[in-house]
Amino acid sequence: MKLKSLALGATIAAAGIASLVTSPAFAQAKEQFVPVMSYRTGPYAPNGVPIADGFVDYLKLVNAKGGINGVKIMWEECEFGYATDRAIECYERLKGKGPTGAAAFDLLSTGAVYAITAKTATDKIPLIHTGYGRADSADGGIFKWNFPLLGTYWTAADALIQHIGKKEGGLDKLKGKKIALVYHDSPFGKEPIQMLQERAKMHGFELLLLPVTAPGVEQKSTWLQVRQQRPDYLLLWGWGVMNSTALKEAVATGYPREKMYGVWWSGSEPDVKGVEEGAKGYNSLVLDYGQGRAKVHEDLLKLVYDKGQGTAASKDEVGSVLHTRGMMISMLITEAIKQAQTVYGKKPLTGEQVRWGFENLALDQKKLDAIGFTGVMKPVSTSCVDHMGSSWARVHTWDGAHWKLSSDWIEADQQIIKPLVKASADKFAAANKLTRRTAEDCSPG
Amino acid sequence: MLYRENGQFKTTYRADQQIFPIVQDRYVIGALLAFAFAVVPWIAPEYLFRAILIPFVILSLAAIGLNILVGYCGQISLGTGAFMAVGAYAAYNFQARIEGLPLLVSLLLGGLCATAVGVVFGVPSLRIKGLYLAVATLAAQFFVDWAFLRIQWFTDYSASGSVSVSNLQIFGVPIETPAQKYLFCLAVVTVFALMAKNLIRSAIGREWMAMRDMDVAAAVIGIRPVYAKLTAFAVSSFIVGVAGALWGFVHLGSWEPAAFSIDRSFQLLFMVIIGGLGSIMGSFFGAAFIVLLPLALNQVPGWLGIPIATSTASHLEVIIFGSLIVFFLIVEPHGLARLWSIAKEKLRLWPFPH
Repeated sequence: MKLKSLALGATIAAAGIASLVTSPAFAQAKEQFVPVMSYRTGPYAPNGVPIADGFVDYLKLVNAKGGINGVKIMWEECEFGYATDRAIECYERLKGKGPTGAAAFDLLSTGAVYAITAKTATDKIPLIHTGYGRADSADGGIFKWNFPLLGTYWTAADALIQHIGKKEGGLDKLKGKKIALVYHDSPFGKEPIQMLQERAKMHGFELLLLPVTAPGVEQKSTWLQVRQQRPDYLLLWGWGVMNSTALKEAVATGYPREKMYGVWWSGSEPDVKGVEEGAKGYNSLVLDYGQGRAKVHEDLLKLVYDKGQGTAASKDEVGSVLHTRGMMISMLITEAIKQAQTVYGKKPLTGEQVRWGFENLALDQKKLDAIGFTGVMKPVSTSCVDHMGSSWARVHTWDGAHWKLSSDWIEADQQIIKPLVKASADKFAAANKLTRRTAEDCSPG
Repeated sequence: MLYRENGQFKTTYRADQQIFPIVQDRYVIGALLAFAFAVVPWIAPEYLFRAILIPFVILSLAAIGLNILVGYCGQISLGTGAFMAVGAYAAYNFQARIEGLPLLVSLLLGGLCATAVGVVFGVPSLRIKGLYLAVATLAAQFFVDWAFLRIQWFTDYSASGSVSVSNLQIFGVPIETPAQKYLFCLAVVTVFALMAKNLIRSAIGREWMAMRDMDVAAAVIGIRPVYAKLTAFAVSSFIVGVAGALWGFVHLGSWEPAAFSIDRSFQLLFMVIIGGLGSIMGSFFGAAFIVLLPLALNQVPGWLGIPIATSTASHLEVIIFGSLIVFFLIVEPHGLARLWSIAKEKLRLWPFPH
């Protein structure tokens, strides 16, 4: 028995090692490789699944339409369960795949963005973190390879305070109010604190910081504090199971859901699942149009789902908030590749070339209309210094069955954010002995 | 036939007491080390370094540290992740706050801080045993997690609570490329493994083992329980702390307390159980098993040409992992190291077993 098990173990080990060093040879010369980092298991899976489905669905749609100027996309998914060390393994596994290596990484985890940012300069692969990741990386002068397109946690925090101010009848009315931040105790949840403290100083409101230990299934003590302190507004900075748990606790505590505002990662269908009626009135920021269907959704259903090639388990997922977010992130990558192709030619590009595409992204309304993203997002254009592009967001409210938009577009106040970004980026540069990029560094090739 | 010790006579005490008494073992280990130091850095692809070799080497070190405590001294601990975190954050603070402190010094100072914390949390072991001690060490895990999340001084007031190190160098040589990182970790682990092995064979190691086998009897023959147990905690936490600092500095580069969560503690405990309690070699086996298995399980289906969804692969991984742990505990509770020694025994008799 023992010898048998030994032999078995040896076989397993041998097979394992062999598989680790040989990668399947499927490289085709005319394809662009896009890595897909996902978490379809674990405490963040409820949100990770639709976003990964959307991401892959859009790649399928682009291929169904003939690829990016004839260059088809190939991809490989790697499951990392929101764990930073597994994310590094996935990153290493995927970065060299395909004829030209990975085009860009969307890591879907702020902790992973922090860990991998240092590796991007040597690997020459851009990181895009739409609406997450480190806020100071909007400064392209220091963070050459990071692209927090469309917004960061600082712009999100700013937009929420502006919205609440408007609700109160002016930002000056916030004086003396109590605003609580219930946050996931990780880099993700801590990012907005600095910005909120800045706003609290400006307007004289009191900021209560109420951390929730990751992953956020146990929040009783946090909500006890909410019950004691009775904040006027509550900002929810949660992800995965933390959101639905927070809403259940809010129902139990009797905290008015109308006074609760989530970040754009805390307001989607999985978050209110199980508390449908109870969550009525809960608001959240939204980066993209999360209600109804745009043309891109119709195209997706027609060209991908009707042929039985959809990624999501059910067609109903198409058009949901996070599925749309996944599609949008995917679209930003393919549009950057398209942009880079104008300079480097219609062939598979390297990460370094795609980076140029991200830095010179010019998605105007016409282009958005052409790819079917009308009304989903605002136009965005980036530059060598500005890697964020734009910082528009809206607020939507759960009505018990659907998410309904409840505000107009809000733009974060760059007057406040810019100096914070610059100070933080300079601090990072000093710590890592980096110098600001020169003008020549910004030109193509 | 090849592996037998006939004719190898030991004529001195020195020869009798060496770590590998059989000459073939010495050759194999020597060749393995030469291969790991001189050949691997030239031939291994980057993925192998970053995803497999570096984590394997660092986790082996942590497993050696834990094995001293659990395997040799019999004090069960669920706070390994915490001691790793103390090592990593202390080394980070030394590095960030003292300009020009050499990397190696920061790592060792990190280890010393972990020693201090380890001894403090080891004090309950003087009174409580077994499962109750496990719960007491669990307190270390939660306390340390809490401290590094909430006390901002430890993270140098970084806005996100995530700390990072860069521009590592040792004696003026930068540690940047994966091969350099690997060599650095490997060198540290080799030195520590040798030290650990020699500690185990010394008087103090025998005290630990006596403590493990029966503490009352050990006390009767004159071994001081306070000294034996606390030194085990100290040595173990020191090694684990250095491993934690390496994990943060070399492997992750930027980390948050989640990198040293309770999951890490369990992972290391599984490593020493599967690898073999009370065996330095077993620590390496356990680390290899735990690092390689999930990656292999993830890739084997694709390699065999069976496409499966990533989520299915991930679920399968947990299922197979759990079953293998149960399998090992039933079939070979002494772990892979015991299987290894059985194989050696058989090999010595082969091809004429009695």
